[in-house]
Amino acid sequence: MSEIVIRTENLGRDFKTVRAVDGLDLEVPAGIVFGFLGPNGAGKTTTIRLLLGLLEPSRGRAEVLGRDVAARGAEVRALSGALLEQSGLYERLSAADNLEYYGRIWRLSEADRRARIRELLGHFGLWDRRGEPAGRWSRGMKQKLAVARALLHRPRLVFLDEPTAGLDPVAAASLRDDLAGLAAREGATVFLTTHNLDEAERLCRRVAIIRSGRLLAEGPVDELKRGPAAPATDVRGRGFTPALTGRIGALPGVAGVEAADGRLTVIWKEAPDTSALLRALVDGGAEVDEITARKATFEAAFLKLVKDEGEENASCSAI
Amino acid sequence: MLRDMRTVVWKEIKEILGQQGRFKGGKVGMLIFLAVFGIVLPLQNGPDWIRSPLVLIYWAWVPFLLASGVVADSFAGERERHTLETLLASRLTDRAILAGKIGAAVVYAWGLTLVCVLAGAAAINIAYGQGRLLFYAAPVAAGIVGLTFLVALLASGLGVLVSLRAATVRQAQQTFSIAFLLMFIPLFVLPMLPADLKAKLLAAVSGLDAMAAALVVILILAVADAVILAVADARFRRNRLILD
Repeated sequence: MSEIVIRTENLGRDFKTVRAVDGLDLEVPAGIVFGFLGPNGAGKTTTIRLLLGLLEPSRGRAEVLGRDVAARGAEVRALSGALLEQSGLYERLSAADNLEYYGRIWRLSEADRRARIRELLGHFGLWDRRGEPAGRWSRGMKQKLAVARALLHRPRLVFLDEPTAGLDPVAAASLRDDLAGLAAREGATVFLTTHNLDEAERLCRRVAIIRSGRLLAEGPVDELKRGPAAPATDVRGRGFTPALTGRIGALPGVAGVEAADGRLTVIWKEAPDTSALLRALVDGGAEVDEITARKATFEAAFLKLVKDEGEENASCSAI
Repeated sequence: MLRDMRTVVWKEIKEILGQQGRFKGGKVGMLIFLAVFGIVLPLQNGPDWIRSPLVLIYWAWVPFLLASGVVADSFAGERERHTLETLLASRLTDRAILAGKIGAAVVYAWGLTLVCVLAGAAAINIAYGQGRLLFYAAPVAAGIVGLTFLVALLASGLGVLVSLRAATVRQAQQTFSIAFLLMFIPLFVLPMLPADLKAKLLAAVSGLDAMAAALVVILILAVADAVILAVADARFRRNRLILD
């Protein structure tokens, strides 16, 4: 079994009357990009702050890289890299000086600092503009520089808090490609928060979804897709009798059947067996006008999870 | 910790020197300051500039002015420009960050003051030396070095303390200005004291020679510095700063 780099047990944090993180139980294995997803205000940034020891938990505990964060937060920070909500760049300093500063903070030797700054700026295509003040750069370039800063000291664990937020699609795609390449090359575990589901699906091996500080689901993207938003087949036509729906419900792999207003919806537990469904419809005397396969998408799964949770407990964020 | 402190000082000084369009920071501002306090004023005052021990009173204010121009930016500036959280998420300890911020303001204020002191002495020698070396008497020179350091440390510590809790640089500057004005309270209180107490105080002060008075001031400043540093150290809490 692979090493667990982040483990939280009933982790929680309250701000006055708001429960920002609520009983979070999480395990993140080493060497993967782990997506931490949720709508705005879900508690993603607070969770990162708790994991870095920048905030004290109201309850529960967190262990990062084998260290209890409450007791050994400084060690956790020393072994991690972070790109937080804001890029955190010194805009009056040049790009090279921004990296030089953090290289010194992480106590890289002068030779290592030089080599690493060249390597990372070269990777992101920023080397030729290293002498310019970071404040003059575009947002996309700044984000790349901030990612370079987070990776500078070759951390075992990198926290990236919505790294592509606010970027135009081209800059976001470029940064995403760089992130995927770098994560693989550096062998670091990446804890990535985002509400960009496409980004999460492309980059992350496993994801966790939170809302109002509560963990809704956790697992590989493919598994979550099959969960609450299982594949379905919609049939439009006539003659969907109770006997027919009963026969279709008994087919292997079928999780449920609903018939109403000339429309039959078949929910599948696994990959849909459309030919078996068609046979059953024809044998049962139904007239079929149209048959449509509804694929399970990560977006549908995410929205369903978040919506269900919202309906279940609309006021869960208040203590 | 010294290495980490040096790292923070390196960055702060780089930022101070790189400031543009601000009188109190940046290379141009420093040169103007040097020209006024290191050349123009000494030449206006003549050889007394380095002969009189009263020059200590003048030099005591210079590092305060210099530090006040940069120190408000230390934490409030990082907060305003959204760089503070990233810094706090690094491996630097609370104490290294705090010491680095105070250290940078001291290096700037004290360093530039000493450069002005030396430039003033050079200007006096060029204008009035006539082949002889004119310089401060040893106790005065020692007093200038010690006094300016302690004032720079006091202003920097006080400024960092204010900047720690301020939401913006402007707010920090305003609060610091009020703190600066509070230092003049004795001047307003003195005339209101009972006549006999006033007479006793004046007799005690006039009985002191300039160097003894400077020594008393240095001792008071050393205690004030120690108190300010202890308070700043106690108030610097990483998780409080994140919430602020």
